[in-house]
Amino acid sequence: MISVADVRKVFNAGKANEYIALDGIQLDIEKGRVTVIKGPSGSGKTTLLSVIGCMARPTSGRIRLSGVPVEGVPTDAGYVETTSLPERFLTQIRRKTFGFIFQQYNLVAGMTVLENVMLPAYPTGEPYSTVRGRAEDFLKMFGLHGRLEAKVEWLSGGESQRVSIARALINNPAAIIADEPTAHLDTKLSSEFMDMMGTLNREGRTIIIASHDPAVCESSVIHRVVEMRDGRVVR
Amino acid sequence: MNSRLEVQRNILDFTLSSLLRRKAKNSILILVFTLVVFMLASIIFFTNAVKREAVAVLKNSPDMVVQRLSAGRHDLIPSEYIGTIKEMKGVVSVKGRHWGYYFEPAASANFTLVVPEDGGEDGKIVTGKGVSRTMRAGEGDILPLKSYKGEWVVLAIKGVLKSDSELVSSDLIEISEKDFRKLFGISQDSFTDIAVTVKNPKETLTIAKKIKESFPDTRPILRSEVLRTYDSLFNWRSGLLLLIAAGAVFAFIIFAFDRASGLSAEERREIGILKAIGWETSDVIAFKFWEGSVISLSSFMAGIILAYFHVFFAYAPLFEPVLKGWAVLYPEFRLVPFIDPFQIATLFFLTVLPYTAATIIPSWRSAVVDPDRIMRSQ
Repeated sequence: MISVADVRKVFNAGKANEYIALDGIQLDIEKGRVTVIKGPSGSGKTTLLSVIGCMARPTSGRIRLSGVPVEGVPTDAGYVETTSLPERFLTQIRRKTFGFIFQQYNLVAGMTVLENVMLPAYPTGEPYSTVRGRAEDFLKMFGLHGRLEAKVEWLSGGESQRVSIARALINNPAAIIADEPTAHLDTKLSSEFMDMMGTLNREGRTIIIASHDPAVCESSVIHRVVEMRDGRVVR
Repeated sequence: MNSRLEVQRNILDFTLSSLLRRKAKNSILILVFTLVVFMLASIIFFTNAVKREAVAVLKNSPDMVVQRLSAGRHDLIPSEYIGTIKEMKGVVSVKGRHWGYYFEPAASANFTLVVPEDGGEDGKIVTGKGVSRTMRAGEGDILPLKSYKGEWVVLAIKGVLKSDSELVSSDLIEISEKDFRKLFGISQDSFTDIAVTVKNPKETLTIAKKIKESFPDTRPILRSEVLRTYDSLFNWRSGLLLLIAAGAVFAFIIFAFDRASGLSAEERREIGILKAIGWETSDVIAFKFWEGSVISLSSFMAGIILAYFHVFFAYAPLFEPVLKGWAVLYPEFRLVPFIDPFQIATLFFLTVLPYTAATIIPSWRSAVVDPDRIMRSQ
């Protein structure tokens, strides 16, 4: 589904504080599988997720997305090269192809659980009532039906995590990208999270998780572990 | 098309929720914004309405008033001038007028005394509403005035003027010619000034020249000149108020610019989140546009409506002393509602547009960078 070819990402290029976050990454991520990108802090996991998820552009190299149509982009070759697409197509991919679960959850404070979940669907032009219905279904699925109107800052870590999963799913993406999702969860909640990922995977979604948590890397849900160090894939 | 409309509806919905999150901050902003618009709009409404009122009142005034000058000051004019002017070609009528000011120490107020066209009724007067209010005297009461000799001239009030032209009639007393002369010691052969009506308004200037040639000690004042003087007088006064208001506006600009242009770390983070979850830069700009528009438009509308009520229903109590005149007897008249669309548009362009622009630009700058960078910069 995702093919990463010779991708480099250099921060502050040409300056004294130049930093190579990704250094010639070669990686293929299969559709419908759960892939974990493992490695210590600073190994480039988050940067790799960012460039795969079209949140940042690599300094060089190519990323190809196959089996996922992008509106307005010809797919005669059977794939879409995201690295050469203008910003508006990248936004479309972020909106429709990927659902993001962030380490800090990144929920919008002051707004309700329901509003946060519906947020990625607002620019799609889908009717409010349809989106609301879907959001309520997801929140019900994650046991948060009674917390629809609660402000997100009142939630526990586990609840915030589930809200961010519901938000990632609202536009029905083909893939879920999760960055250190269990960093703030205890063992039980981490295990619950992995179970949820297993469920989503069984629905046919591709899951990519960056983590160095053993609860994630050793989970039975995982199909493949990619190990990174110093911006390179080592295994 | 429907989908685009739905997008804007959804974004507007999010905007309103977002504004409600910072209730206190946004309420203060709206309050200050409203106050500034209210002040400026009140000045504009009031000045225009008063100018129109003055123009309406002066419409029926004579084409020309001839005054006599002595040592550069307005002096009484001899009645013999009337005959000469009457014989000039193009002159329809010439009338000697009596008017003057009377200072009433008890009320520390100046009254304007005039002799009506019908000459008035001896021993009786008609007063303006302001005089009536100040002296607490109405129809049937007596109003004693002190003559130039220090003797009391007792006058009975036979009526109070109606308020439709209170701008000029508030401090007015209509008195008979005989009583007027008695009060001020004016001889039978002189008037305060002379009112001249001409046949063809285009000839007014020529006739004025002729009068000036015949009587070099006179000063003909044309109606158009009076109108112009009123205009510049009110412009000057409203300018004075605007100058004071400018201080408030300036403070508001700094406040609004600071509030609108500087994105807080929290707001930058939010833009990063929105972009990361699939909002386009244009969606973020639309969100900030709606945010700026909701604040500035609602404040603008509230300010305009409040100013309208302040000026046309509450008689502009805040600006009355500055704009209406120097007399103690402020007229109490109902201004005819009048709004100049051009001035409203100017006010709109000077308040709503800059604020909305100041909201959008920093958001656009934040929204065009990679969401990844926004997320990492926190």
